[in-house]
Amino acid sequence: MIEVGTVLEEKVFYLDRALLKAYADASGDQNPIHQNEEFALSVGLPNVIAHGMLTMALVGKYVSDFAGGSANVLEYSARFTKPVIVPAGEKVDLTVSATVAEIADGKISLTLNATSAGVKVLGMTKAVVRK
Amino acid sequence: MLNPDSVGSTFAGTDSITVSQSEIDAFCAVIGETDTTIAPPTFTIRITLTQFEEILTRPEIGLDWSRLVHGDQKFEIFSPVKAGDALTCAATIESYRVAAGNEIVSVRSDLHRDGKLVISAWSTLVVRA
Repeated sequence: MIEVGTVLEEKVFYLDRALLKAYADASGDQNPIHQNEEFALSVGLPNVIAHGMLTMALVGKYVSDFAGGSANVLEYSARFTKPVIVPAGEKVDLTVSATVAEIADGKISLTLNATSAGVKVLGMTKAVVRK
Repeated sequence: MLNPDSVGSTFAGTDSITVSQSEIDAFCAVIGETDTTIAPPTFTIRITLTQFEEILTRPEIGLDWSRLVHGDQKFEIFSPVKAGDALTCAATIESYRVAAGNEIVSVRSDLHRDGKLVISAWSTLVVRA
């Protein structure tokens, strides 16, 4: 039974450099901070970081799964608060969970939580789905 | 610096962009989506960000894309996007302010298919000082 306050099951996605390259190609965002460690360090980043929109896309998959398909996702928003840091040769987690915030007119609003290595990476993350 | 006179104005992007199945397939593969009959909710960022770059870096607007950071993002999806959709993009510069030397621009993108609004997307873009 889903009601306001219900906490949805957590899901963990894993990101590595190969996924960042695949997202760069799929999205057209070839900014070197997402692929080239030397360049990322030169602009003051701790390492290569994931595209914020890749993080948002993965959390979007969590939302689509809950909604029973992408066609039922009506609204989706997020603030990029901290980067997901992806060192070479590692798989880093993106851990996603959600709480039901509102149920009205055949729609469910979710408040989402996304962390990587224990750090919250998205803020103000919300979705409205038809369900 | 962004030309403040552009705030509140709407700019048309490229005439029309046709979504291909292979583009949807590649995006779905990255996020592990097995239903490729419609585009995932954030797929159209691919169109929107490219159009924003083309529009906002025009000489009369003058945004510096090289120091850009994505602050936040919102989508309102009125109709799912599918392969074969021909989309037009219009970008509206909704607000602009400078804080601690950073330029903060809020831009809305409206994607239309056959004259009907399909997706509105809001992006806050920050040009670092």
